[in-house]
Amino acid sequence: MAKIDAIMGWKELDLGCVIRQPGSSRAFKTGDWRSQRPIVDREKCNKCGLCWIYCPDLAMVPAEEGYYKVNLDYCKGCGICAKECPKDAITMVLEED
Amino acid sequence: MAKRIGMEVSIAASEAVKLADVDLIAAYPITPQTHIVEHLAEVVADGELDAAFVPVESEHSAMSCCIGSSAAGARTFTASSAQGLALMHEILFIAPAMRLPIVMVVANRSLSGPISIWNDHSDIMAEQDIAWIQTFAENGQEVFDLVLHAFRVAEDSKVLLPVIVNLDGFTLSHVIEPIEILDKAEVDKYLPPYKPKVRLDPRKPVSMGLVGIPEIYTEAKKATNEALINSKKVVLKAWKEFGDLFGRYYNPVESYKTEGAEVILITMGSISETAMTAIDKMREKGLPVGLVRFRLWKPFPSTEFKKAIAGAQTLAVVDRALSPGGACGPVAEEIKAALYAERGRPKVFNFIAGLGGRDVTVENFEEIVSKAFTYAKKRPKQLYEMIGVREI
Ligand code: SF4
Ligand code: SF4
Repeated sequence: MAKIDAIMGWKELDLGCVIRQPGSSRAFKTGDWRSQRPIVDREKCNKCGLCWIYCPDLAMVPAEEGYYKVNLDYCKGCGICAKECPKDAITMVLEED
Repeated sequence: MAKRIGMEVSIAASEAVKLADVDLIAAYPITPQTHIVEHLAEVVADGELDAAFVPVESEHSAMSCCIGSSAAGARTFTASSAQGLALMHEILFIAPAMRLPIVMVVANRSLSGPISIWNDHSDIMAEQDIAWIQTFAENGQEVFDLVLHAFRVAEDSKVLLPVIVNLDGFTLSHVIEPIEILDKAEVDKYLPPYKPKVRLDPRKPVSMGLVGIPEIYTEAKKATNEALINSKKVVLKAWKEFGDLFGRYYNPVESYKTEGAEVILITMGSISETAMTAIDKMREKGLPVGLVRFRLWKPFPSTEFKKAIAGAQTLAVVDRALSPGGACGPVAEEIKAALYAERGRPKVFNFIAGLGGRDVTVENFEEIVSKAFTYAKKRPKQLYEMIGVREI
């Protein structure tokens, strides 16, 4: 299970919990509660990029040769990409499988 | 030089805000706070104060706007009452969590229902856990002084927390009193410009007001609470310096004729002046009674309070708000909790008085004290008592 490093004591917190480093939320891997993951079938994929556009967590990312692949650090398994894919190229599979 | 002039207390509050040279006021008018923000709108429109006046569409927006303004590093003020304060409720918790030194005046008014525009403390007592520093004024001069003190404390780099100055609606807000108004040079000596430690600035981007996941929420709450508890040092220091500069010294808890007092009345706000008159009258008759009143309410000045009531056998705590279904009124509750672990603690009796604008008279205080003497000998059945309530 992905885990974050938020183990600091209360005295170490910055004033009002302010974050001074832009983009630091990348360090927070949000994909640990996923129960399903998307599998892209490149045989069916037409590289339209709708999965990339619709993914609410920017977890579907451009890959080699114009395809798209999932970044499991952040994918929450919502299935939106599979639902929106016009070519039915994405299948959701249970994490345990 | 400071001038002593007859002035409506609401206007004195806004004059203090003007002298503090605030950058932004966001407010929605509500009785009995209206004159405060009306006057500020006027001084901004007349060019007497170089500030943004944001006439928001609700108190929820007023507090949201104040948070944005304060986060940008601006000296920020608002004022409200009763339903307006209640409408701010969810946003009130966010300001201290983000450590924003907003100053707010609350002209205390009873919460509906039934609909009431009149004075009691039910509005602010419903906001006990918001983590703001809170003071209560007794008279017009205190209102003026406490507003300046509020900015000074809030913006201190060791504090950085919002402050509420409470003043009784109508009985204070709408009366004209002789008030010494400091001049700009004097105020500048006391109140340096606000230097934020961190603020929204595109040249130095930061993120504020973020999610506190379960791994961080508890620590974040602890940090804010510690800041609130520790703010007392600065509250006291800022009062001391105010006294050194202008000759008016303030304490978190004030005592009146408590020496040798068997029964001590406990009050907050403007009824304390009537209570003093009552104490004088009772002392003349030879009754050993005194008065202790809170000026600082949050952080609760436990040490100072215990010192002030030391030696008394009985406390008669007057609450101006009801805590329905609870053990007693909110002030008595705090006091009982503070004294529980004390050896030889006094008996505490609680009286609810002055709800929804009903006057609390000298005779009421005499009744309260006389009951406290009786109850000290024979404990009453009820946990608290509503004064002046008609039974038939
Ligand atoms: S399952 Fe949801 S989160 Fe994961 S890649 Fe698809 S759209 Fe994004
Ligand atoms: S939406 Fe479907 S077809 Fe389009 S790029 Fe993604 S996987 Fe390929």
